[in-house]
Amino acid sequence: MSTVAETQIKLTPEHDARPGASVRSQLQDLLPKIVLAPSFAATIVFVYGFILWTIYLSFTNSKTFPSYDITSARAYQRLWRWTFESDPPSSWYTSITNMGIFGFLYILICLALGLFLAILLDQKIRGEGVLRPIYLYPMALSFIVTGVAWKWFLDPGLGLEQTLHQWGWTSFHFDWIKNKDFVIYTVVIAGVWQASGFIMAMFLAGLRGIDGEIMKAAQIDGASTFQLYRRIVIPLLRPVFLSAFIVLAHLAIKSYDLVVALTSGGPGGSAWLPSNFMYEFTFKRNEMAVGSASAVIMLMTITAIIVPYLYSELREKSR
Amino acid sequence: MSAVTSPARQATSGVRARTFNRIVIYGLLSLFAIFYLMPLFVMLVTSFKTMDEIQNGNMLALPHAPTFAPWIKAWSEVCSGLTCVGMKGYFWNSIKMVVPAVLISTLLGALNGYVLTKWRFRGHTLVFAMMLFACFIPFQSVLLPMATILGSLGRFGVTLQNATGFNFGLGNSTVNLVFVHVVYGLGFTTLFFRNYYEAFPTELVKAAQVDGASFFQIFRRIMLPNSLPIIVVTVIYQFTNIWNDFLFASAYAGSGDVMPMTVALNNVVNTSTGVVEYNVNMAAAMIAALPTLIVYVVAGRYFVRGLMAGAVKG
Repeated sequence: MSTVAETQIKLTPEHDARPGASVRSQLQDLLPKIVLAPSFAATIVFVYGFILWTIYLSFTNSKTFPSYDITSARAYQRLWRWTFESDPPSSWYTSITNMGIFGFLYILICLALGLFLAILLDQKIRGEGVLRPIYLYPMALSFIVTGVAWKWFLDPGLGLEQTLHQWGWTSFHFDWIKNKDFVIYTVVIAGVWQASGFIMAMFLAGLRGIDGEIMKAAQIDGASTFQLYRRIVIPLLRPVFLSAFIVLAHLAIKSYDLVVALTSGGPGGSAWLPSNFMYEFTFKRNEMAVGSASAVIMLMTITAIIVPYLYSELREKSR
Repeated sequence: MSAVTSPARQATSGVRARTFNRIVIYGLLSLFAIFYLMPLFVMLVTSFKTMDEIQNGNMLALPHAPTFAPWIKAWSEVCSGLTCVGMKGYFWNSIKMVVPAVLISTLLGALNGYVLTKWRFRGHTLVFAMMLFACFIPFQSVLLPMATILGSLGRFGVTLQNATGFNFGLGNSTVNLVFVHVVYGLGFTTLFFRNYYEAFPTELVKAAQVDGASFFQIFRRIMLPNSLPIIVVTVIYQFTNIWNDFLFASAYAGSGDVMPMTVALNNVVNTSTGVVEYNVNMAAAMIAALPTLIVYVVAGRYFVRGLMAGAVKG
């Protein structure tokens, strides 16, 4: 791929003879790099440097304050032991189990619902301009606001249950938000409510990008609408599925605020995700090394998902 | 269809099936619209009700006698922990943090995207990949070192204050949060602009170079005037993210009168002195939600259009 920088060098060889112009043109050549340098340096220091720092801390015995003597992998040993401590569940066991439940359901339901809504909206709907922002607006809210709203809505004494009782359905019972075995599912509900509209917008963009000729050809060949979507449209949307999956996976692992605002951690910390575990152990329980170790494990998980994706994406594009 | 069926009847049944399909589609779409609107609706009506009406009435009913009192109380009196000064101060904290952070990170993202597409150098893909990966890291993995650094910068600020009478913003939570949000927002803003400029005709840039335009002239005269769609996407994205951030805010400005809106709201809702005033809580939540909601209502169309134009590559 030919670049501007290369072309410029070819364009201005005669200037190099004069010393003043040479310095200036050298500076011009360097300028793009100088512009990029602060951002790149900040990334190196504050992202990669800090990650190394966190990894370092996880191998010390830091409690309330960081200590810089590498002692052992004790923090990881404890997390490893807690991973299997299911009866009574350790906070770590609860956190990673919740992560599994939440991550799986959140990603699956958001993808399914997002695709479903996008397909419905793509049927030449009147009022699409009204419906789209209605589906999308929850993405504009903070998890804290979402949490406050759903906390109210799901509260047995105030929200849905109470309302249905007033309407005469007195046997209706819905107290998941107060139940330690089900509280994580309320986080799924609120999370899906917030993100599915955005996923819908991604799928809709993908649908609108599909060549109409392909659809027409398939219809002429007698494909039913269902077949059309299953055999042609959905396979063509594969890249959108991948992007949406990546967006959702990293949102899921980063989720922290929603658990705090919706459940305050749930009864006995039963709604914790690893992010909450990290925050609590680092800042409240004075177990900085353990908190750091859990952050490292979160990072490893994300890395395992993201790096292959970025690698394939960027390699494909530079080819 | 059997051979007996006349073409006319075939057509009517086709129309009927189509009508049925349309009804199902519109029905489903409306049902989901209700699902998405419900929490906002409940929050909004509750914020205009009196406590009496909340305790005895239906959650979904419209307020009998709408009152602005909860909003006024939420804005200027509500208690966050033990301080009862309302949300207004925290609201301005958030504004003071969001505006510079959005502007700086968007400008840097535009410049980075410009360099990474039109002034490529060896290793540009690696640089971009490293910045892109930073978008996805769980911020828990940088939270502690950043706290340590901000802490020592704050102490250095005090020293400077004593020596020179001015602390250069070191130790100021708003400055800290702007810095943090710029650093960890760069990956996204660079991504947006890079993808957008990738599709921008390089010939135009080359032509301008031949005409003797400099690096910044090309950026200002050619790139920026053609970047409106992606600027809108980036600004909305950054504004929403930074306004809504809770993790950094609670870690670096988690108490006192320096809290941003999200942290203050969480404190208000969890303050458990006396009767819980749900109407005031809901009004406070609405105040926290309004800026981003307004941005979406006003500019959401451009946001979606920008997304569709390829900001998020399918």
